[in-house]
Amino acid sequence: MSAPTYDLGTLHGGLRLPGHKSASTGQAIIDVPVPAQLVLPITQHVGDPSQPVVGIGERVLKGQLIAESDGTLSAPVHAPSSGKIIAIEPWPVSRRYGENAPCIVIECDGKDEAVLPADMPGNTPANFTTLAPADLLTKILQGGIVGLGGAAFPTAQKLMQARTCKIDHLLLNGVECESYISCDDLLMRERAGEIVNGAQILMHALQIDVCFIAIESDKPEAIRALALVLGEINDERIVIKQVPTIYPSGGEDQLVQLVTNREVPSGGLPSDVGCLVQNVGTAAAIHDWVVDNQPLISRVTTITGDGVASPVNVRARIGTTISDIIELAGGYTDSAKQLIIGGPMTGKSVTTDRVPLVKATNCILVSSETPSPGPALPCIRCGDCAAVCPVQLLPQQLFWYACADDEDKMREFGLMDCIECGCCDLVCPSHIPLTADFRVAKGRIQELADEKARAARARQRFEARSNRLEREQTERETELAQQKASAKKAGPSAIAEILKRKQTSKDDE
Amino acid sequence: MEFKRREAPYLIPQVSVSSMMLQVLAALVPAAIVHVWFFGPGFILNLLVAAVFAAGGETVMLGLRNRKSEAGLTDYSVLVTAALFAFALPSLTPWWVTATGALFAVIVAKHLYGGLGFNIFNPAMAGYVVILIAFPMHLNLWIAPRMGDLDYQHLTVLQTLQYTLTGSLPDGILFDAISRATPLDVMKSGLNNARTFAEIRAIPVMGDFGGRGWEWIGNFLAFGGFWLLIKKIIRWQIPVGVGLGLLVPATIMYMVEPGSHASPGFHLFSGATILCAFFIATDPVSAATSPKGRLIYGIGIGFLIYCIRRWGSYADGVAFAVLLMNMAVPTIDYLTRPHIIGHDLSADSGEADG
Amino acid sequence: MWTAVITIAVIALLAGFGLSIASRRLPSDDGDLVEQVNDLLPQTQCAQCGYPGCRPFATAVVEGTAAINLCPPGGEETVRQLANLLGRKVIPLAESVEPCVAIIDEALCIGCAHCRSACPVDAIVGAHQLMHTIIESECTGCELCVAPCPVDCISMKPLT
Repeated sequence: MSAPTYDLGTLHGGLRLPGHKSASTGQAIIDVPVPAQLVLPITQHVGDPSQPVVGIGERVLKGQLIAESDGTLSAPVHAPSSGKIIAIEPWPVSRRYGENAPCIVIECDGKDEAVLPADMPGNTPANFTTLAPADLLTKILQGGIVGLGGAAFPTAQKLMQARTCKIDHLLLNGVECESYISCDDLLMRERAGEIVNGAQILMHALQIDVCFIAIESDKPEAIRALALVLGEINDERIVIKQVPTIYPSGGEDQLVQLVTNREVPSGGLPSDVGCLVQNVGTAAAIHDWVVDNQPLISRVTTITGDGVASPVNVRARIGTTISDIIELAGGYTDSAKQLIIGGPMTGKSVTTDRVPLVKATNCILVSSETPSPGPALPCIRCGDCAAVCPVQLLPQQLFWYACADDEDKMREFGLMDCIECGCCDLVCPSHIPLTADFRVAKGRIQELADEKARAARARQRFEARSNRLEREQTERETELAQQKASAKKAGPSAIAEILKRKQTSKDDE
Repeated sequence: MEFKRREAPYLIPQVSVSSMMLQVLAALVPAAIVHVWFFGPGFILNLLVAAVFAAGGETVMLGLRNRKSEAGLTDYSVLVTAALFAFALPSLTPWWVTATGALFAVIVAKHLYGGLGFNIFNPAMAGYVVILIAFPMHLNLWIAPRMGDLDYQHLTVLQTLQYTLTGSLPDGILFDAISRATPLDVMKSGLNNARTFAEIRAIPVMGDFGGRGWEWIGNFLAFGGFWLLIKKIIRWQIPVGVGLGLLVPATIMYMVEPGSHASPGFHLFSGATILCAFFIATDPVSAATSPKGRLIYGIGIGFLIYCIRRWGSYADGVAFAVLLMNMAVPTIDYLTRPHIIGHDLSADSGEADG
Repeated sequence: MWTAVITIAVIALLAGFGLSIASRRLPSDDGDLVEQVNDLLPQTQCAQCGYPGCRPFATAVVEGTAAINLCPPGGEETVRQLANLLGRKVIPLAESVEPCVAIIDEALCIGCAHCRSACPVDAIVGAHQLMHTIIESECTGCELCVAPCPVDCISMKPLT
């Protein structure tokens, strides 16, 4: 009943990348059995690290809180299976490219015993619509839910920020524009009902009337599955929007522009233009938590690339190390030289497969080594980079100014708006590593901004101190002048009197 | 298992400067063959001399600037400069004239400005203008096309070689017997002498639309240009801009006074218009970069070509038009900057941020 | 031809003369310039340049009595920026310094408060006869507190 419609706005630039998705979409999602050991980093989200609330040797149950939120931007971590906490120690993590970070290690007992529903915090009634929106947000806060599209921004805080603005559109991001990744595609095919229900929960929490589910045109099965569910539930507020298969239309700001034709202001959020964007996986996780009391303890991940024998999508518990799940994709092949968490355009290259799967792991791409593009030639001003930039920047000019370390010009030409999608790199005939240069330049701008802020503060304090000293000086002078004047008025006899008094008191001591 | 670390993105570009340049050279080959067919082997000799001196100049400059020599030669950009420069020359050109132009183009117009990617002016055109003004007599020696019904003497390969090396014709051959004015020259002098366009067109050497021989070179250059457009090596804005900039004033003037102005069609197919539109003006380094900017740049070149042909004293104004618009490119780029998504939004939809 | 040469030369001479009069007579924007120069300085107020603070140094630079390479905390970056702004030649730094912050060995501090009055940005807190400490985030590394301490309990720690 909600027929898919085409996009309202247009996306400038972008690239049509080869999909490479058919290898992993051939079979249904495989459920990974609980491994012998689970490694949970305490920071699996943007913001402050969570604080562990369990001790070594303690037995935990599936779904039990093991690390609580700490600070305004944080998310709790829950045990994905029952077992014993054997360590809280540094372990390689994907967020740090294989370097160590604090993790809670659980030795699973194999029983997979869950926490009793009665012991779960914030038990929801059977029908979530009876909950007040504010209570629903509090409930979501406790579920450990973060953006599952790869950004890992704590969802509850995002919703709370959105509540301060007037939101009229909920956009569910089922675009999945990057090559190789197909976890959202399969999730939409198999769990369309839960995704739609999650959307309804979000719409109730934020009192939104319109929801668009954005899906790329290369996912006809997913569109069909969602259309079927929408036909059954008859919720006219939810509409599927089919968008052209162009990378990077799945970026938050790009999707807002594509589907609603509104531009997100530079440095702002989609909520500034009345939109809230959530990944379809996040919507399903919200359903699991609010309706089934299952916190975020597992996710669907694509394991693909020519470095694994049979690419597949798996549903694994958070904390399963990559070395444990590679078997399900047929194991490594001889071409396994690079391990990338994420897609081939924006993923993180990690040094070891001991890193665990975390909330943000949407794809494990094992590939042969990326060939070296050769030495970079000077820019020939062909303009192709500007033609493909989705933010309509001029990467050519940004490159000149980055080389010249010209902060003002870099800001003026919009360096801070670069989404690091990598499109400009792929079309540059001179093989200039533009995206890497912009990353460095952004760091440099941040450094310069910090230095300026420091200098401004020091100057403020210096001026305040100078004023204070001046003020004290003038006060002293006026007081002295007053004393002199009153002494003069009193006359020499009074002064002699005072001196005599001082002498006698000194003699007394 | 351990892995190597790299930075995103993990795909590499499929295009390269050298492949682009090779495709441009390939697009010039059909026209080069036609050139030799009509005007003799002089073109090949010019090309060889230009290529050798351009490559030599490039190597010397890269050495002086402490850059690795192979980086400059393997991107083939210097060969493209030499080829376009050779197209601009008459077939009979002494080697020192070609050499001077090629050396100026590579050493001064390209490397003294910073090398590949940094030159403001189109090197081939800068080199051409220098020898046009320094050796005016040599650059006015155009030979007649080798077409059966045209009664001119033609040189053999060895005679061409002799002229190229020594600058003097073999005994017994006079300049007047082999050379003739180009169609544009004929048109200009004819119009200046108050002959009508129709009369001038009737002269046999003027050909069907752009001058015998020359129009065929133009056609094959256009085929090459369209092929480059299809392969996306060049974009449509500059060729269309040059065409528009030239055709619109030409059409207006022709409609106002048909007798004393050349037709728009003649302008389009004669001289170096097509070479300029598809190959010379599209040089990415010296052209504008934004799509709007390119259109303005192309229109400016077309318009200047018309002005110089109509009111200037040179028969063809392509080189000067290109160089003048090269000077305007920084301003064009500044004025045609695209709107950055999220910047300068109206007050009600979001704050502008810089 | 000679008429042309003479005419152009005369015009050039007159124009040059007029410009030099204008640059001397018309008011200059110097006050604004001192502010601009001050904006480029790191505001450590350390007096290592020989002037009692950043603004006096900025004034001296604009007047021409101070060279632009005298500010060690500003580093090469500041020299380059000053050279750009004032149209002067980039010269190497007179003296280079690593960015650091001061740290008080609290066990040795006797609470005399001499360092507190020496600090130009009030980055030291402490009451009389009681232990003092340095607010690391506000310390500019100017080293003016090191000398006044009678028990030598202040040292400079490099900023990593």
